[in-house]
Amino acid sequence: MEPLIQLTDVRKSFGGQEVLKGVNLSVYEGKTTVIIGESGKGKSLILKHILGLVKPDSGKVQVFGQDLNKIGRKALKEIRSHFGVLFQNAALFDSMTVFDNVALPLRERTKFSEREIEKSVNEKLTLMDIEGSNEKYPAQLSGGMRKRVGLARALVLNPRIVFFDEPTTGLDVAKSNEIYRVFHRTQTKLGYTAVIVSHDVPKIFKLADYVALIHDGIVQESLTPEDFQTSDNPVIRDFVEKTMGLIYESEQVEG
Amino acid sequence: MTILKLLDNVGSLGLYYVNQIGRMGIFLVLVCINIVKPPYYKISYVTKQIYLVGSLSIFVIVFTGIFTGMVLGLQGYNTLSKFGSMGFLGSAVALSLIRELGPVLTALMVTGRAGSAICAEIGIMRNSEQIDALECMAIDPHNYIMAPKFIAAIVSMPLLTAIFDVVGIFGGYLVGVVLLGANEGAFFHSMYADVDYSDISMGFIKALCFGLLVVWICSAKGYFVHMERKGGFGAEGVSRATTNAVVLSSVAVLVFDYFITAVLI
Repeated sequence: MEPLIQLTDVRKSFGGQEVLKGVNLSVYEGKTTVIIGESGKGKSLILKHILGLVKPDSGKVQVFGQDLNKIGRKALKEIRSHFGVLFQNAALFDSMTVFDNVALPLRERTKFSEREIEKSVNEKLTLMDIEGSNEKYPAQLSGGMRKRVGLARALVLNPRIVFFDEPTTGLDVAKSNEIYRVFHRTQTKLGYTAVIVSHDVPKIFKLADYVALIHDGIVQESLTPEDFQTSDNPVIRDFVEKTMGLIYESEQVEG
Repeated sequence: MTILKLLDNVGSLGLYYVNQIGRMGIFLVLVCINIVKPPYYKISYVTKQIYLVGSLSIFVIVFTGIFTGMVLGLQGYNTLSKFGSMGFLGSAVALSLIRELGPVLTALMVTGRAGSAICAEIGIMRNSEQIDALECMAIDPHNYIMAPKFIAAIVSMPLLTAIFDVVGIFGGYLVGVVLLGANEGAFFHSMYADVDYSDISMGFIKALCFGLLVVWICSAKGYFVHMERKGGFGAEGVSRATTNAVVLSSVAVLVFDYFITAVLI
């Protein structure tokens, strides 16, 4: 199967510090790929490369078979028209209401009438379980609601690929689970390809088709959650032990 | 070692400014292209920006305009009376305002009131990933955010300058004629005789250029806040970029005023 997104030997430095040291990653259509790793190791940076917000120092970032470094602004815009993005802090427009935030892509990118826009927006807000918040401003919403509005905005044009940058950061366990349920429900209904950057291990394994661990500036391996947890790769094994292992010094103490 | 470090610092500073000039130039070109080519921004976005940049600046323009005219009337009357030329007070006040003070002071006022707001707004949008979000939605920020602001500034500035000029002349009349007793007929006749079309067009061209200059510098400083040399993140980064934008715009207005005058005079 041809990958929708392919990163080949992507390198990126900031001020002499090499953050990405040759990242290779493939994302397949209809699948959920989760990028995990410790904080500050370049997970979100990989996402920004795929979105075309950051250019690599060397290497190739191909989306739909096109190298993002070799295409113009118009072609990049066309590629992005198939994207939906849920940013870490939702990146809602704080001077607009919830309705206007979700309606923005429809108003700017389609020729829908206000009536059609209203119908689409309400449909997505219902899917997110936040109907009735149309006239509220982002500052009046809780963290979980902001994320759901961000996801409604990301999905309003029915994109082919949806990116999630740490979708549950800053949320409590109940709210995190809500976001995961909304994600599962919308993906089942809309059938989009998902790329999730997260450090919510092991919960995120439930949603993943592939798990890619970034460590020391490279993607160690991209494996199914089952293979990932039983991998012989010492870096992955170490990560699994650290994140899923015992909190106390022995199983006996832990009970 | 110290000399090498000094050279290194000077070099990196030079590179930073060359880089900044380059990206601001590209930014200006992209916004200008987006103003003239489809997809067009909605008229409602432009009128909203005209309200924010133009209408909300009227009070401060009227206030500063009237006092500028009054001080011109006072100074002009005292100076001209030494030579017995009080009859020229009207043309002195009008020419000073129309050719120089009107466009320059209006630009400085708009920089302080609207330019700083534009820079802070765009800077916050950049730092809270709202601009990234627009790009990822395939909405060009040069078209959606910048083009309406540029059009608003270019439309508003000549109108605000015209208001400044008229109110300033009234201020000069108030002090020169009403308070100090200069001849009313001579005041208006000298203005009628000495102010011609070229003076008004010079003021108009200056207002247009300053409008573009102020909105360009303030927008670009906000848009590239994350690339500021001393760090552009967080509230402090935005406040630093806003200060830089106001200082740079004010200096640029005064510098360009000289060059535009030199070309048009």
